[in-house]
Amino acid sequence: MTKMGATRDGYGEALLQLASNPKVVVLEADLGKSTKSLHFRKAHPERTVSCGIGEQNMLLVGAGLAASGYIPFASTFAIFTERAFEQMRNGVARPNLPVHVCGSHGGTHTGTDGSSAQSIEDLAIYRTLPNVIVMHPSDTISTRELTVQLAASSSPSYMRTARNKTPVLYEGREEEIQIGKGIKLREGTDVAIIACGVMVSQSLKAAESLEADGINATVVDMHTLKPLDADLINELVSSCGALVTAEDHNIIGGLGGAVAEHIVSNTYAPLERVGVKDRFGESGQADEMLEVMQISSPYIAAAAKRAMARKS
Amino acid sequence: MTSVEELQELARRCRVHIVNMVYEAQAGHPGGSLSEIDLLAALYKTQLRIRPDEPNWEDRDRFILSKGHASPGMYAILAEMGFITEEDLKSYRVLGGVCQGHVDMKWCPGVDFSAGSLGMGLSFGMGSAIAGRLEHSERQVYVMLGDGEIQEGSVWEAAMAAAHHELGNLNVILDRNRIQNDDFCETQMRMFDIPAKWRSFGWNVKEINGHDMSEILDGLNFLSSSNEGPSILIAHTVKGNGISYMADNPAFHGAAPNDEQYHQAMVELGEVSA
Repeated sequence: MTKMGATRDGYGEALLQLASNPKVVVLEADLGKSTKSLHFRKAHPERTVSCGIGEQNMLLVGAGLAASGYIPFASTFAIFTERAFEQMRNGVARPNLPVHVCGSHGGTHTGTDGSSAQSIEDLAIYRTLPNVIVMHPSDTISTRELTVQLAASSSPSYMRTARNKTPVLYEGREEEIQIGKGIKLREGTDVAIIACGVMVSQSLKAAESLEADGINATVVDMHTLKPLDADLINELVSSCGALVTAEDHNIIGGLGGAVAEHIVSNTYAPLERVGVKDRFGESGQADEMLEVMQISSPYIAAAAKRAMARKS
Repeated sequence: MTSVEELQELARRCRVHIVNMVYEAQAGHPGGSLSEIDLLAALYKTQLRIRPDEPNWEDRDRFILSKGHASPGMYAILAEMGFITEEDLKSYRVLGGVCQGHVDMKWCPGVDFSAGSLGMGLSFGMGSAIAGRLEHSERQVYVMLGDGEIQEGSVWEAAMAAAHHELGNLNVILDRNRIQNDDFCETQMRMFDIPAKWRSFGWNVKEINGHDMSEILDGLNFLSSSNEGPSILIAHTVKGNGISYMADNPAFHGAAPNDEQYHQAMVELGEVSA
């Protein structure tokens, strides 16, 4: 039985782990129970700041704290961070203040809350901001490790976590996890599937089904979209010659966009992008949403075959 | 102790700097710089615990110019205090200059907040005030807001949150000059009873004439002595104060004087004879 966990729980665990650093502070916008910062609040109320339902204020309170030497972690739903985008742009990214924003409940995988809560553009918009690290980890352990590493970063960050549970992938493999370094979870030479977040486990499933068809796929967990692991992509182009990206995010501007931007400027390989096809979601169970959006493992496997067919 | 006369002379010199900067750049925001400058002169000279030779001293008081377009006023007082040189003032809006169009903490010593987008400074000040409290420091945080600026909704998110957290070390000075970019504030967005709004959000409120140095000193004393919750000094000012044709004139929110107007300004400020 595969062990399951929600990445938001990894975030909550990391905050507790970081609490021994007196400079770490946690900011909430009335969603601590959902983003899992509540554990930190319970243990360290004096270093937890309630900003009420006010995300714009929260990000800049974080900026003020960061400018005074503190390490603020601010969380809310991914979608609600977006209303504070200009605060992130002008008040955090521009002065390069290490405020760490966690947007939970990202993607259509968020499920039954419906389209208003399913951020499908967060990774794209934050990727456009200079100085900002953008991440979307795939399991509880990598989320925990990456969050802990952020505390030592001098740059601001945006990290998307998910509400619903996905397979735990990194038990005993904590040392492989590093900001900015993609991780090969499986190696093959026919095609490389580059995925992030909840789509990593879907990609592993796709690789298994491809294997039954005699196709050997590499699967990479590209948990960091920015800075993008360009060396690894170059290596995949050489070793596999065909690429697929997979993300629970609009097909515009996210992981697929980042990989496409890199390869058109630096190298060449056919690329198929699996993602939300520029449409909004609806209410449904997490696994149903991946089907409705046509981004579940069969769609990834089909994209892999299309990419291979385009090899010159 | 700096006398009222000395502060008035400091503010006069700052006004000269402001007009010079905007005239040389042929761009910028003289109106709001001239309305705030008496307040800034008194604040910097009599209140702020700062070290011009150590601008990043960790335990300094913080001053956040949230209405960041009124940067000539801030650059003028920073030059007078010795954070930057008078030569630096010539770099206002010039490529590579420390005096960026809007105040920027990455470019100019003594600037604590990168402004330019209205409605952000109070939230940043709240974070700075929480940091001071976490460190058990007595340092104070001062935020200058424009009156048009408080039309931004996020100001009220911050106002509510600062009172909730009882941040007695957080102080706002509101430059109530009654004019914003397009016209008089009342034509753009009526704000009704501004003092009552802040009181209802849980703030200590005092109103003064923002060009009367004695009243300003009383007002600053009110801010530094009000430590039960956040406090706001509503300073009634005149946009463009000190230059007759700019005073109370929406046209000089963001416009530079021409040669003739520049000469007249220097005459009115006592720099040259008519």
